[in-house]
Amino acid sequence: MDLRFQGNRPSAEERAAIDEVLGPPLGAWDGGERDPERDGRVGFGGLPAAARRDLLLPALHAAQDRAGWVSPGALEYICRRLSVPPAEAWGVVTFYHLLATEPRPPVVAHVCDDLACRLAGAERLCQRLVRELGPAGAPAAGGRSTWLRSPCLGECDRAPAALLTAAGAAPRSAVLSPIHSEEALVAALTRPESFPARARFTEASEEELRRSVPQIGRPDLLLLSRVGVVDPGRLEAYRASGGYRALARAIELGPERVIEDKVVSKLVGRGGAAFPTGRKWEAVAKAEARPKYVVCNADESEPGTFKDRVLLEHDPFAIVEAMTIAAFACGCERGFVYLRGEYPLAHERLADAIAQARAAGLLGEDVAGAGFRFDIEIRRGAGAYICGEETALFNSIEGRRGEPRSKPPFPVEVGLFGQPTVVNNVETLANVPAILLNGGASYAALGTAGSTGHKLFCVSGRVERPGLFEVPFGATLGELLALAGGVAGGRALQAVLLGGAAGVFVGPEAIDLPLTFEGTRAAGATLGSGVVMVFDEDADLGDALARIASFFRHESCGQCVPCRVGTVRQEELLARLRAGRPEGTVQSELATYRELAQAMRDASICGLGQTAASALESALARFGAVAVSPSITGGRG
Amino acid sequence: MTTDPIWFTPPPRSPRVPEAPPERPRERVALTVDGEPVEVAKGATLLDACRAAGREIPTLCYLETLTPVNACRICVVEVEGARVLAPACSRRAEPGMVVASESERVRTARKVVLELLASAVDLSTAPGLAELMARYGARPERFGAAAATVAQPAKVDNELYLRDYGKCVLCYKCVEACGTDAQNTFAIAVAGRGFDAGISTEHDVPLPDSACVYCGNCIAVCPTGALMAKPEHDLRAAGRWDESRQTRTDTICAFCGVGCAITLHVQDDRIVKATSPFENPTTRGNLCVKGRFGFEFVHGRG
Repeated sequence: MDLRFQGNRPSAEERAAIDEVLGPPLGAWDGGERDPERDGRVGFGGLPAAARRDLLLPALHAAQDRAGWVSPGALEYICRRLSVPPAEAWGVVTFYHLLATEPRPPVVAHVCDDLACRLAGAERLCQRLVRELGPAGAPAAGGRSTWLRSPCLGECDRAPAALLTAAGAAPRSAVLSPIHSEEALVAALTRPESFPARARFTEASEEELRRSVPQIGRPDLLLLSRVGVVDPGRLEAYRASGGYRALARAIELGPERVIEDKVVSKLVGRGGAAFPTGRKWEAVAKAEARPKYVVCNADESEPGTFKDRVLLEHDPFAIVEAMTIAAFACGCERGFVYLRGEYPLAHERLADAIAQARAAGLLGEDVAGAGFRFDIEIRRGAGAYICGEETALFNSIEGRRGEPRSKPPFPVEVGLFGQPTVVNNVETLANVPAILLNGGASYAALGTAGSTGHKLFCVSGRVERPGLFEVPFGATLGELLALAGGVAGGRALQAVLLGGAAGVFVGPEAIDLPLTFEGTRAAGATLGSGVVMVFDEDADLGDALARIASFFRHESCGQCVPCRVGTVRQEELLARLRAGRPEGTVQSELATYRELAQAMRDASICGLGQTAASALESALARFGAVAVSPSITGGRG
Repeated sequence: MTTDPIWFTPPPRSPRVPEAPPERPRERVALTVDGEPVEVAKGATLLDACRAAGREIPTLCYLETLTPVNACRICVVEVEGARVLAPACSRRAEPGMVVASESERVRTARKVVLELLASAVDLSTAPGLAELMARYGARPERFGAAAATVAQPAKVDNELYLRDYGKCVLCYKCVEACGTDAQNTFAIAVAGRGFDAGISTEHDVPLPDSACVYCGNCIAVCPTGALMAKPEHDLRAAGRWDESRQTRTDTICAFCGVGCAITLHVQDDRIVKATSPFENPTTRGNLCVKGRFGFEFVHGRG
């Protein structure tokens, strides 16, 4: 490709950081120093360089982590190294909100002001930061730090939360949650040198973990059985607790019977779309194209969802083993975990688990001596909710903008790099070993006829004990709330958000609703990613709806009109209703909204646009315009 | 005549006259559109099927010469049994599909899409959109006078064409024409996200600093006039652009040996625009900088 460059040069530090990811350049052709003797005779770069385009996002991360932003020099160097047109790379770097294209102080606090954190006082925290440090984005502490508002960080069990990132020679990120006192965050920003060398500001004590996962140690757990019990940092501990027995069993059964067992188990995807996992595996196993890929979707970004983070932080080997089983069953040689960029501890532990598995011969050229090849790479997201959509995720891994593709064709035929791909959510994979060990039929006997097995629920908001709960399908909303200690302070229940920002609001009348796929579907609700967020009588529902509307405006990729413009119109319309200044009458606004919501649901390319109106629509349907009217939005928030 | 020895002897002509390979019968796909049975070749889209049935499906981001991106969602149709509407421009026809091209859901979606566009984008130079808005009863004003728009000053950074992104509907056509679908120059791409997404060079540098080669193939595919050649823009600004007074002359570009088909748009005895027919198998609507912009000399008669 004949590329034209501006002539921006990277700093020596940026160059070294990028070379760390890409290896040294071959010569002046792909961004290195010019050596007339060598470069004058042979051309390097070109197609072989462009074939490594999937390293674009890792290289951008390296530049961002080193300098605190992606400078024009760093971007140009990456473009030369990978033979990417600068305009396209600019399109990619401006897509992700964790990547900065303007200079930014090295230490940044991404302060979550999303649904669960708002219910825990995030807005007060932000106001405090404005007073102490200046508005979001303004340099503080002599230009050494700044703070930004962030969408949900997946710490809803420990709200309110912030993710701190420090760029430099030894880049770090750490999560501060729960923020017991605002001082802790202010101190971290005013004295950035106090930044800890670990992924959590304060190592979660056993007691804290027990608060987030109250069922720790119970014998009837399938998915959380190792959480808080087995050391997530030691392969030996994992094996001693029954780990890798499922892989041995899979090898004994052979690929066909493994898949058959999955089909019998009636396991369906836990990421929100509820597609039968066995059928997905079967389709990829039958596909003739080579190579084939396994992708673990760990881009958990649905506001209110934190189940995948807990699994990855506390049972990472289980995900590695499950991906290996999927690869064995479907004939895949390469796997990717697309992990959201906001999960430093999960990243650390998963990377460690993969390295240990590789060292033990459980990944690599000859997995477990069974004669098949498989290895896993982690790819870090960079702040884009849309990349949780499977085809947007593929584009993101491939070094393109995280825009969803049109389906069909489906990933089982044309997926990552255009090849057949199994893509499964973390929780879905966590079910895989259990199914193999107990048999698909016994798994299918758990739960209800239409929803088999166990399900993780992320209970957050105004409950006594926000946390992660595992229950067999069939438990009612009321039973789940009882597990979480009921509504905080014994107050009355106003509403529950099921399924996250893309989900629906239900009222107190839904307390007996069975939390199954068929049960929620019949009630016009959804399980989505397993979010159960509780709003008590004092909570400001209008405020939550406004946050959801702003979330979707912020997270729309911009590709299709119904979502790109529709999410903006939705936010504006809601703001008018909340301010008591409707365009025309409230009735005409609601009529407009109904059509807008229908068009977004019917005509958007992907699930984001199709569900972006669902929470507000459900709130209006269940509570009427009063849900957003100015009269009741003065709740004590 | 000299009798110099011939140093090159052409190979003897084969007595066999080459024949075109026999046309293989293409597999056909049968489906129904608005209750009417239609047959199209395998691989054809629903747009093809609807057109075969005589239905007029509006399109905006679709063009025969480009890969469909199905971003505008104007062309959506209802497929029986599907949860959501399908973009006709890219969805392949399957046997037995039951398609409704103007159902209530389809009309609502098209109307709202038009309203969303018209409330955010200046569509004053987009041909055909006013008629479409009338056809679907679109009332963009219902989103309020304060509705956010993409209004911004036009980018005038070279002598050949303007980029007025206040008129951009983000159909991706220019990016495709600049990329692998035509020019392979990659000077522009979509940058930013959501409502803030827009067409941009790297760091938004002016075109002369970018990879742009001024082929103008982006102008040719732009459906709204956001990209416009300078002569047309200047005439419009002066209120003197009048298509009813223009003639179109198809000819061959004389600049090089390729011989691209070129259409000269003439008004008041002056060439005001050069295009190439999309249906021409050689150019498919594309030209180079000389063909697209190199006509001013014609007017330089002393």
